[in-house]
Amino acid sequence: MEHLEYKFDGGNTQTDMLKSTVQGVVSSGNLEVLIERKKLNGKCRFIIDTAAEGFAKTWQAVLSRFMENHQPADLQFSINDYAASPDIVSLRLDQAYEALSGGKK
Amino acid sequence: MKFKISQSYLEATARQRIGFIVDKGSFKEIAPPSEKPASPHLDMFNIPKSFGDGVIIGEAEINGRPVSILAQEGKFMGGAFGEVHSARITGLLRRSLNTKPDAVVCLWDSGGVRLQEANAGEIGVTEIMGAIFDLKATGIPVIAAVGGSCGCFGGAGIITGCCDYVIASEEARIGISGPEVIETTMGVDAFDSRDRALVWRTTGGKNRYLFGFVKELVENCPEEFRSAICSAMAKSFKYSLKNLEAMQEHLQERADKFGSMDNTFDIWKEMGFNSPEAIPEMTVAELKSTVQAGGEK
Repeated sequence: MEHLEYKFDGGNTQTDMLKSTVQGVVSSGNLEVLIERKKLNGKCRFIIDTAAEGFAKTWQAVLSRFMENHQPADLQFSINDYAASPDIVSLRLDQAYEALSGGKK
Repeated sequence: MKFKISQSYLEATARQRIGFIVDKGSFKEIAPPSEKPASPHLDMFNIPKSFGDGVIIGEAEINGRPVSILAQEGKFMGGAFGEVHSARITGLLRRSLNTKPDAVVCLWDSGGVRLQEANAGEIGVTEIMGAIFDLKATGIPVIAAVGGSCGCFGGAGIITGCCDYVIASEEARIGISGPEVIETTMGVDAFDSRDRALVWRTTGGKNRYLFGFVKELVENCPEEFRSAICSAMAKSFKYSLKNLEAMQEHLQERADKFGSMDNTFDIWKEMGFNSPEAIPEMTVAELKSTVQAGGEK
């Protein structure tokens, strides 16, 4: 297991979101993403526990892409990962963000 | 034969299943993932944890009637009973003794005790059984639904047997020792766990229905699970020493009648089905009409 944490500067704070959501299941090649709205001075924090060790750079790349795409702010992401591939991680992040914003862009 | 296109209960997550069963917007989760309840034991095994430890608990309404509901996530560690997992279920059941809902609905999907936390898990299973018996003594019905890929084995099989009413799909397998456990201890001649047809016609929902363990057989369809749960909520369940003794006698008769048979087809034939080999291919509706037409139930 490897514990990773990342912090990103956020974009625009949206207020019409749910307080929190969880998407995905911790099973082989899959992960669960819990997003919570938190006051983080506009930043976004990612707290990751992953079964696949040595992929810190890949996580950095996947999360940067997610931040670029959605420009969220004041969100905390807690991720339990059972060695999902980067595309699955991207998909779950998008899915969780969509659920949090109620499907609105 | 008419099939309605539907979502699959089998493939749904625990959270989706609760969404299928309860009235829209009525679910209030207890100790949700945001409180991050998780197993304290998995770190030392280098295994990822899950918020909620693989079971969702809460309160909701079904057709406007209050229920307590839980759903095990079979895809996380086989839905197994770990310490926190079990404590969450026990907590919901004991809470229901005070809140007195119209029913406690349990969406089981579990291979049994979580081996990494075996002792705590075993104790958890007995605590859940105890809480179920307390609920039964209070007259609050405990309804079990089984339709996940793990089915219910080991402690989960025993717990399911403790519930008042069991609803299952054919896909759901229910038993104590799983097929591979039996093969490992008794040999492949006794039970070939790779023979899927054999595994399903022995442990699957249809056979459990024909033996009377499963009270309502449904297709792998969320709407059918929901309506079966609604019907079960209209029933009342009574227990007495006399009933128990009658059940014991019935089980003895069953053992005498079928005990020497080693093939489900022979058992079904003995039950009164003229063409038992047709049963695995039947839809639920076809099987039920065959049962009504004369096959023993």
